[in-house]
Amino acid sequence: MPPQLTLTANIPDPDDFYEALLAAHEGLSKAESDALNARLILLLANHVGDPAILREALRQASRKPAS
Amino acid sequence: MPRIFETPIYPYQRSADQDAGARRRHKVVVVGAGPVGLVTAIDLARQGVPVIVVDENDKVSFGSRAICFAKRPLEILDRLGCGQQMVDKGVTWNLGKVFFHDREIYSFNLLPGQGHRRPAFINLQQYHFEKFLVDHIRAMQAQGAPIEIRGRNKVSAIGLHDDHVTLEIDTPEGPYNLDAEWLIACDGANSPIRKMLGLGFSGQVFQDNFLIADVVMEAEFPTERWFWFDPPFNRGQSALLHKQPDNVWRIDMQLGWDINREHELKPENIRRRLHAMLGEDAKFELEWTSIYTFRCARMERFRKGRVLFAGDSAHQVSPFGARGANSGIQDADNLAWKLRAVINGQAPEALLDSYCDEREQAADENILNSTRSTEFITPKSEISHIFRDAVLDLAEHHEFARPLVNSGRLSVPTIHDGSPLNGPDAEGLPPETRPGAPAIDAPLGEGWLLDRLGDGFRLLAIGIDVPDELAGIEVVQVAADESDALAEHWLGGAGRALYLIRPDQHVAARWLEYDRDAIAAAHERALGRQ
Ligand SMILES: Cc1cc2nc3c(=O)[nH]c(=O)nc-3n(C[C@H](O)[C@H](O)[C@H](O)COP(=O)(O)OP(=O)(O)OC[C@H]3O[C@@H](n4cnc5c(N)ncnc54)[C@H](O)[C@@H]3O)c2cc1C
Repeated sequence: MPPQLTLTANIPDPDDFYEALLAAHEGLSKAESDALNARLILLLANHVGDPAILREALRQASRKPAS
Repeated sequence: MPRIFETPIYPYQRSADQDAGARRRHKVVVVGAGPVGLVTAIDLARQGVPVIVVDENDKVSFGSRAICFAKRPLEILDRLGCGQQMVDKGVTWNLGKVFFHDREIYSFNLLPGQGHRRPAFINLQQYHFEKFLVDHIRAMQAQGAPIEIRGRNKVSAIGLHDDHVTLEIDTPEGPYNLDAEWLIACDGANSPIRKMLGLGFSGQVFQDNFLIADVVMEAEFPTERWFWFDPPFNRGQSALLHKQPDNVWRIDMQLGWDINREHELKPENIRRRLHAMLGEDAKFELEWTSIYTFRCARMERFRKGRVLFAGDSAHQVSPFGARGANSGIQDADNLAWKLRAVINGQAPEALLDSYCDEREQAADENILNSTRSTEFITPKSEISHIFRDAVLDLAEHHEFARPLVNSGRLSVPTIHDGSPLNGPDAEGLPPETRPGAPAIDAPLGEGWLLDRLGDGFRLLAIGIDVPDELAGIEVVQVAADESDALAEHWLGGAGRALYLIRPDQHVAARWLEYDRDAIAAAHERALGRQ
């Protein structure tokens, strides 16, 4: 099977990660936060690399939240 | 001294057609003596097809316009016998630097390709480029080639017929008429011929203005391409500095959409901008300045009966990536041999539809690349701006982000996958020389592979004997171990291979074993006879 986008829990300590994510944005203006998010997405996307997985992640992220 | 682009180089002369009682019929008329019209005419004439070029003007391109000429077009000019002049005069550069805000974020080196005769590209003013082509035409004329340029001959009306086109031409001495069996419209992005025929040109207009200034200066800057995103001297916009021959520097500055054109074009305002960029002490003369906007658009079909469109008349791209003239020259390369084969009765008219198929594919590729560069250079939305700046920030520190930086993807030739002219492929041979691909150069003894191929149908036999004479195909026999580049691009792991090469030096088909009938069939197919 080709590698697939992991959609089951994969982060060992979710609370730690979430806290670190918010901490990174602490004290930033909206523009600075937007820039940080963009850099983060690019770093992670490069780490993933696989176009099929990136496409799938874009598809999942583009799904409208259930109303 | 008048500048080269202010001097008539094909002044008006009365032609015999103007005094003939009845309208005369010519084989091929090319409308437009820009780079594409000139190259098309040269290619046809060297293959013995009589051709007349008419242009409403009598000079080369006013100001430089195109400056970057890429490897494949240079190889085409080599085939036409005028590549060396261009390369000798042109500036070859390898190093590019990218700046963001007030700092250099990285540089890249386009290492000169091993095993190619020509560099990735040269910088040369479009007026020099056109002048060399006109000189070449003069030399061909001296040797009796059937080619003529008529300056200040403006096509004012045309009529389409089954087997010819009628033309009405205005001259300083009044109008005259003539007929052409074939008309090639190389009359530029605003093509009057396209309009006369009511044919569409659709695509995207970009809401931006660019100031272009070619300045003459003795400067310390090295021969490099410098590109700025959002520099202090042009906030929120981009800028480019690039060297041309004769100490001429190309400066290209994005101005945004909402500008006062007249104000921006005043020499004192241009000087003020240039001093902000080059330093207060910089000494320069303005050679040519202009403000341009652009669009990415193309015709739906590059042929209408006996009229064929090539170059900017058929497709237009943004200047980022230098794909305008470069792709137009490849249109000429693709069209000339096909038209010759049709005129000589070797191929059906349908062969010309493959010109449309192949070059429309190339136009789409160029438009795609050019649109993507434009999006990166001039982000259209807030989020696109955020990502663009994030890429540039990361590129300063990390190699991974540099390929995402897009200040123009430089012109490379299109591989015509899926072309109706393509014959069989053979497994195991390198992908870059698959059917539809342009031949890749390699050193052969004292010379070069592309020179050995020339411009007819060739069977390139590498490491294998061809026992027969083949009708209409000349065999080019080379040893498998002639050069590393040859082995790399043409053999891969295989010990031998046979390639059928078209007159425009694109691969038509390839095999691992000699099979006379298969080669003949592929030849038929490449001529549209199947
Ligand atoms: C700022 C700028 C930078 C560029 N940089 C590059 C680059 O680096 N590399 C690159 O490859 N391209 C570049 N280009 C694009 C390039 O200049 C064009 O793609 C190229 O000139 C197109 O050539 P052409 O022969 O199709 O048309 P043109 O050069 O436009 O020639 C058309 C000719 O047709 C003639 N004509 C028009 N109407 C009639 C008529 N009714 N009767 C007779 N004659 C007529 C005109 O007088 C003209 O001579 C750049 C363009 C610009 C504006």
